Amino acid sequence: MSIAFPTPDEAVLARRDAILEGLAPLVAPDALIVTEDERRAFDTDALTAYRKLPLAVVLPSTTEEVSAVMRFCSENGVKVVARGAGTSLAGGAIPQEDAVVIGVSKLNRVLETNFADRTMRVQSGITNLAISQAVAHEGFFYAPDPSSQLACTIAGNVAMNSGGAHCLKYGVTTNNLLGLTVVLVDGTVVEIGGDMLDAPGYDFLGLMTGSEGQLGIVTEATVRILRAAEGARPALMGFESIEECGACVAAIIGAGIIPVALEYMDKPAIEICEAFAHAGYPLDVEAMLIIEVEGSDEEMEDALARIVEIAKPFNPRALKVAQTEAEAAAIWKGRKSAFGATGRVADYICMDGTIPTGQLKYVLKRIDEIVKGYGLGVANVFHAGDGNLHPLVMFDTNKPGEMEKAEEAGADILKLCVEVGGCLTGEHGVGIEKRDLMTTQYNREDLRQQLRVRGVFDPMWLLNPAKVFPLEGRDLDEAGANGREAA
Amino acid sequence: MTTHRPASEDDVRALVSDAAARAVPLALAGGATKRAVGRPAQTQETVSTAGLTGVTLYEPAELVIGARAGTPLAEVERTLAEKNQRLAFEPADWRALLGSEGEPTIGAVAAGNISGPRRIMVGAARDALIGVRFVNGRGEAVKNGGRVMKNVTGLDLVKLVAGAWGTLGVLTEVTFKVLPIPERTATLVFSGLDDERAIAALSAALGSPYEVTGAAHIPGDGGGAGTLVRIEGFEASVRYRLGELKTLLSEYGEPGLVEGEDGAALWRGVRDAAPLVQPSERAVWKISTAPSRGPALAAAIGAACEARWFYDWGGGLIWLATAADEAAAAAVREATRAHRGHATLVRAPADLRAAVDVFEPLPAPMMTLTRGIKASFDPKGIFEPGRMYAGV
Ligand SMILES: Cc1cc2nc3c(=O)[nH]c(=O)nc-3n(C[C@H](O)[C@H](O)[C@@H](O)COP(=O)(O)OP(=O)(O)OC[C@H]3O[C@@H](n4cnc5c(N)ncnc54)[C@H](O)[C@@H]3O)c2cc1C
Ligand SMILES: Cc1cc2nc3c(=O)[nH]c(=O)nc-3n(C[C@H](O)[C@H](O)[C@H](O)COP(=O)(O)OP(=O)(O)OC[C@H]3O[C@@H](n4cnc5c(N)ncnc54)[C@H](O)[C@@H]3O)c2cc1C
Repeated sequence: MSIAFPTPDEAVLARRDAILEGLAPLVAPDALIVTEDERRAFDTDALTAYRKLPLAVVLPSTTEEVSAVMRFCSENGVKVVARGAGTSLAGGAIPQEDAVVIGVSKLNRVLETNFADRTMRVQSGITNLAISQAVAHEGFFYAPDPSSQLACTIAGNVAMNSGGAHCLKYGVTTNNLLGLTVVLVDGTVVEIGGDMLDAPGYDFLGLMTGSEGQLGIVTEATVRILRAAEGARPALMGFESIEECGACVAAIIGAGIIPVALEYMDKPAIEICEAFAHAGYPLDVEAMLIIEVEGSDEEMEDALARIVEIAKPFNPRALKVAQTEAEAAAIWKGRKSAFGATGRVADYICMDGTIPTGQLKYVLKRIDEIVKGYGLGVANVFHAGDGNLHPLVMFDTNKPGEMEKAEEAGADILKLCVEVGGCLTGEHGVGIEKRDLMTTQYNREDLRQQLRVRGVFDPMWLLNPAKVFPLEGRDLDEAGANGREAA
Repeated sequence: MTTHRPASEDDVRALVSDAAARAVPLALAGGATKRAVGRPAQTQETVSTAGLTGVTLYEPAELVIGARAGTPLAEVERTLAEKNQRLAFEPADWRALLGSEGEPTIGAVAAGNISGPRRIMVGAARDALIGVRFVNGRGEAVKNGGRVMKNVTGLDLVKLVAGAWGTLGVLTEVTFKVLPIPERTATLVFSGLDDERAIAALSAALGSPYEVTGAAHIPGDGGGAGTLVRIEGFEASVRYRLGELKTLLSEYGEPGLVEGEDGAALWRGVRDAAPLVQPSERAVWKISTAPSRGPALAAAIGAACEARWFYDWGGGLIWLATAADEAAAAAVREATRAHRGHATLVRAPADLRAAVDVFEPLPAPMMTLTRGIKASFDPKGIFEPGRMYAGV
């Protein structure tokens, strides 16, 4: 295993009994989890290759309880790792032995829905899908839709600034959030933003979003809800070459069309998904697009006709516009099962980098070379509209050393993304997974400014401390990470 | 009064380092069209970005444009228009409102998070801003974000510097996400509605699936009120949605249809607060609240002092003009507090801006964080001191 964890603080481990005793009166009896068996359920997230047993787990039911736990932990120098549903693919919610996990799973209620203002206030442990379900009867929905939406929480979405297949049109979490209730490290409760579009002063809402549990614990969120389009219809197009496929994407956008989703799959991904989902994908093509449009029947027909016309010069070998609900569902079923289907044929790690789409052809070629160089395989699915790649690097856990090779290949791929002008992560976050690669995207001064901002919130490095920033060089600065000291 | 005109990011670093060493405060200016807004700042030296110009990146198929901070907004918009694209958040032009001259710059659009009526659909400037380079108060050049739309690598400092009014650093380069210019734009105009009914109509339109990209209400004496709903997109789609909206809103009357240059002028007026430009000695406020509380909030101010207003409802904004005195300012603050909103004093004489809060006062813990953020970027407090809040 190649990702290092900090050595646990012996003094904190030695004080475990006293810490548990201090935590007990702060929450309901069943909300404090101390036995090893029960703590095991919290020792990892969706990056399951890494596991650490936390000191204790608390599952508060109110903001006040979170505040009391945070105050206690900061007064006693105990680290805190926030947790939603634990679906992070970057290891963002993996604890450490000297840390208390604060899980928000019991904070799962809708607090207020306002259809006239198109806003909704929820507790942060509610799942992403439950938010949309709670307003579906009025034809509304919450737009960012990560594939994990059945399980993942709005807390995790805020912490990771999660996106989904439809974010080309609707934006990611940061674009759909209006307010947050946040408990700061010392237990102070702050309200950021509210139920209106603008918030006064510096944009703390934007800063909190994507901060991976390092600035505070989110207990409530006010989100925008949108009226759903009248209908949605996907089309599928297969191409003989990656070039033609990429050029077709550029031509569609160049013509002023922003589809609601624009997904790309390469040949291995098509084969794996088709074998699993029998979606009717073409098997004789090198690359495939799923293009979804929205609106009334008349509008969708018009948009799809335009897209088909634009695609003609790129010789689509397969072209299928969904005519029925069943056909539409089949097209999406294949794409949405990409992770599960790949899991049936191999172990894999799912990478998440972003590139300028103009570099697509070069990047896909290099990814293939990199992975082959390690003797492994890869399938690529990605959001073609915004260049968010998800190479699934496949390996065999039973072969010693293969997982390490897959990790190395993954790191090489992410460096490649940065090299061509992209970035290390488009939606999964940095977590522990990409922590040590941060220096490839940001130089010393770039990182120092981020560290100083972090220091304003958490001068003692108690919040999710093993994540995001390289373990070395955290006090890069003469003034320390704390901006306030520097003043 | 010295004006520095750096020609490169390195020049900016050198002069900021020097100013920090001398502990000399700096004003930052693009076109300097808005010096008269914000709290009056005491600065003898100005950093002009006039020498930092030029589009540095434009990839129409990737929907991104990057430019040095001093690039005139007009140049950016011209470059985009050649490929039938635009900054969709509709940056405003306040020269008429503020009685200023000069050339608005793209860096200041980012620094002020300047957004117009389309923000309900596409977000504010900060939502479109995907990457920045800036020089902090230590004279360090810092990059955050990048040139791709999705990026969650580390802390999002892009959002912090958007709307910080230059108090955190000198932006040297900004990268925005852009969108295509639609085939057709059309506006439905309803006449004679009072505020309550107008806001109800706009909320119904905004809560429909028909993708309204602008919603405004300009009250008028007698029957002169206009309530505007904008639709954009491909021809067939716009035609369909106009029909559906007319049906949906039929209880509010038979609307007129405005298109082309007349329609564009109508929305420029909303964007630039044209209804409040005259008389020029009046104070002008920008108030943000939730739609359902808007009419009561405006009425409460109207009951407490003489005021005129209109609603840029896509942006959730009330634009409001009052007498330029402390009593009116107190009335605005009180009504805004009571109806949960917040207000920015956009235009007023310097003595009033010095006497009352220009930006909405923050609760104590948020003010502590705000001071911490300021110190983390600008420990000596040399950029635009006090422009937003005392000590920030
Ligand atoms: C309180 C306030 C509210 C405003 N609200 C609006 C609004 O809603 N709509 C609107 O259209 N305009 C608004 N303005 C004016 C806005 O600044 C202009 O629209 C802007 O685009 C003018 O460009 P400029 O180059 O002339 O800016 P300038 O007047 O030169 O500068 C404007 C602000 O941006 C900062 N700034 C300029 N360049 C940089 C840079 N490179 N790096 C960092 N900071 C920089 C300055 O410090 C200053 O605070 C507001 C101004 C203020 C002070
Ligand atoms: C099959 C699968 C598909 C996925 N698809 C997508 C996708 O399409 N798009 C996408 O963006 N992601 C996707 N993900 C990744 C993951 O689902 C998201 O990152 C999600 O937002 C995590 O939510 P969670 O509730 O599980 O958070 P967790 O995994 O529990 O935590 C994630 C991070 O949030 C922090 N955190 C949790 N709660 C709080 C809180 N209350 N306050 C502050 N910080 C907190 C944690 O400390 C951690 O850093 C996928 C994951 C899986 C397993």
